[in-house]
Amino acid sequence: MKWLNHELYIEPIDVYIDPGRPVDRAIITHGHADHARAGHNHVLATPQTIEIMKARYGQTCANSFQALEFGEKLAIDDFTITLYPAGHILGSAQVLIEHKGYRAVVTGDYKTHPDSTAQTFELVPCDLLVTEATFGLPIFQHPDSRSEISKLLASLAAQKDRVHVIGAYALGKAQRVIKLLREAGHDAPIFLHGAQQKLCSYYAHEGIDLGDLRGALDKDKDSFRGHIVVAPPSALRDRWSRRLGDAVIAQASGWMTIKQRAKQSGVELPLVISDHADWTELTDTIAACGAESIWVTHGREDALVYWCRQRGLNADPLYIHGREEDSGE
Amino acid sequence: MRAFAKLMETLIVTPSRNAKINAMAAYFANTPDPDRGFALAATTGDLRLTNLKPAFIRQLVMERVDPELFMMSYDYVGDLAETIALIWPTKHEVLSNSLPGVGDFIAAVETTPKTQLAEQFAAFMDSATANERWAMIKLATGGLRVGVSARLAKTALAAYSGQNLDEIEKIWHGLTMPYARLFAWLDGTGDKPVIQPGRTFHPMMLACPIDPAQDFGRLSPADYTAEWKWDGIRVQLVFDGTQSRMFSRNGDDISAAFPDIVDTLNGHSVLDGELLVGQDFTPLPFNNLQARLNRKTATKPHLANYPAFVRVYDMLFDGNQDIRDLPLADRRRRLEDWFAKTPNSRLDLSEIMPFEDWDALAKLRDQGVEIHGYEGMMIKQLASTYVAGRPKGPWFKWKRDPRLIDTVMMYAQRGHGRRSSFYSDFTFGIWKDGQIVPVGKAYSGFSDAELMRLDKWVRANTTNRFGPVREVQKDLVVELAFDSAHESPRHKSGVALRFPRVHRVRWDKPADEADTIETVLTLLA
Repeated sequence: MKWLNHELYIEPIDVYIDPGRPVDRAIITHGHADHARAGHNHVLATPQTIEIMKARYGQTCANSFQALEFGEKLAIDDFTITLYPAGHILGSAQVLIEHKGYRAVVTGDYKTHPDSTAQTFELVPCDLLVTEATFGLPIFQHPDSRSEISKLLASLAAQKDRVHVIGAYALGKAQRVIKLLREAGHDAPIFLHGAQQKLCSYYAHEGIDLGDLRGALDKDKDSFRGHIVVAPPSALRDRWSRRLGDAVIAQASGWMTIKQRAKQSGVELPLVISDHADWTELTDTIAACGAESIWVTHGREDALVYWCRQRGLNADPLYIHGREEDSGE
Repeated sequence: MRAFAKLMETLIVTPSRNAKINAMAAYFANTPDPDRGFALAATTGDLRLTNLKPAFIRQLVMERVDPELFMMSYDYVGDLAETIALIWPTKHEVLSNSLPGVGDFIAAVETTPKTQLAEQFAAFMDSATANERWAMIKLATGGLRVGVSARLAKTALAAYSGQNLDEIEKIWHGLTMPYARLFAWLDGTGDKPVIQPGRTFHPMMLACPIDPAQDFGRLSPADYTAEWKWDGIRVQLVFDGTQSRMFSRNGDDISAAFPDIVDTLNGHSVLDGELLVGQDFTPLPFNNLQARLNRKTATKPHLANYPAFVRVYDMLFDGNQDIRDLPLADRRRRLEDWFAKTPNSRLDLSEIMPFEDWDALAKLRDQGVEIHGYEGMMIKQLASTYVAGRPKGPWFKWKRDPRLIDTVMMYAQRGHGRRSSFYSDFTFGIWKDGQIVPVGKAYSGFSDAELMRLDKWVRANTTNRFGPVREVQKDLVVELAFDSAHESPRHKSGVALRFPRVHRVRWDKPADEADTIETVLTLLA
């Protein structure tokens, strides 16, 4: 298979997938900053990813946008592109590229466990699977997110005089955490850091009801007592969170699995809520998609490559430039 | 086990000292005996289980998961207990409340015959959450590393009971696990436990480093006494005429390794001093003492070549009488009287150095350091009573300035605990015959911000990997501080450094300007 290289470039039709630098033609799997960048000439993505890119980077962050619905086939020369739900965040897609009967799937970031703020992951049978590996070590076994939310609500009930500040990425994680809280029956107002508001409005506009959300600006400390504030993780260590008063610092992330990681980030209430596949999901997906070749990118490649080779699969790590180890979203 | 595991998790992620105290106090108040006693012993480091070794638990997990994947995971997590807890394969439906309490768990682990231990422990692991597995492994293997000192645990005891912390400290070393009498007293349902002072360790009083620029201006020389600081280890001698014991600073009984001391003790007292080796009270370098430390017994050649003695500088009990509340000047007088009356072949009195003012003392210190290679000076307030811990003020240590050399970073490894996943453990080298050879390892002396930068540098300049160890480009110069240098056949450079730590990272300095072996040899003790 010669037409897709390790930079995820489809040479015969001059298309990159999630390129790290501005290119002429890009397919974007989802709106997170390490996948979607401004400055491409033509962008192909799901309608929601396009809206998210425009919301984050401006209407003109690419010269032209082409929307492709899930399951809709697009022929370019003798290649066919189809997008399938990746379950990572709203609008996130896997990319299926077919050429002369050979099927390659680029998962982008994905998870298979349920999330009512994202379209459910669909397994796509293929010959080559390009998989992410953010949590590609067997120590990562994400618990049921609902049990993590109960931990948060229990802490809130036990410490009514403190504010709970939850670090959650502005796109995807924040909305998921809020939705999980609503589903667990928490209907009190939730306060948002300014960086969260725009995307929460967009999710609501897309029909995902997030309940009573309020800005956290210009309110005095006492108004947050016993309430939940959602802020980007970077704001937790910033002066921003100090004006909230006596705060329980929580963070919703798969990294919270490791206690020392939580401690290093100054997190007092770690919540293991991840939008990435854990070890079981990664290995189950590899086994179920039927691919004989596996390319592993974005994270802890070595262990997943080792696991594949133990099972007689062809596996290679892709060390894609610009994707820092342990990167955020 | 659930409550204990929850407490451990709270302690490790809670940065606030008060919140830690509150969490422990609540646990002690709400947990029955003997569970709370064993938990207390675990936090103070007094719980030592012998049946389950880390290697044994590692073997158990290796039988269940791929060893390669385990090693990759361990390298990533940086903590053995946590790696095992997370990677242990579980069947989700078996989570139950069938785990024993802390006391029953310890009893089960310590009494199960070796042949059934694997099965028993695995059964516990199978029915636990990841957090409970982590807590069980920590309990079984010791060394909790949850950011709680013994002192903080006792502070929590004081907080929940309203008793005085110093009173708890004074009886602590006479008590035994699981501390039922202590808790009865703290709960208000029993009398204060009575201990035998002539048989137990008493917590030591420690000195703070002096800041000559800040401190000398406000201290009056007439209120202080000065002694040499000796390069041995701090010990406490506890003897009552029938039994003699020697304890290290942490209260470990090291009598068995030093029969030359404990078998020759005469009289009835508790003394504080420095353990040294050498003939006729002339101390040999620390290396020679080290040969006798960490051994269960003493060998004949050791006893002959490195005879031990104790240079005594304080007295806590004179006979049966507790004199810790007397001022140092009075305790010293008592000590001198006792010395005159009680013949002891292996005890020697620490000399008091007379001095007029701080400048004169500084000159004296320089001479001692330069000519005799002494470690520095101790400065103690004459009025100071003997209190446990490291109170700010009454006692100071004035160490000689550290030796400094410029070295080149050679290898880096990820750290553990708070620094897990950061490259924080480094091997440094110096020039020898046109090559860089290792001279020492250092893990400390840099700020968190510098650690981030070093970690980034290591990742960007890796030239080779040996398992978890990264070899780096020999480009980065780091100024190491250390207390002394000794000859060592174990190091390629032939030299070993004592207490090496990073003094400064010389981002600016080229590697060819780092120090050579010749420079380091001039610093040998």
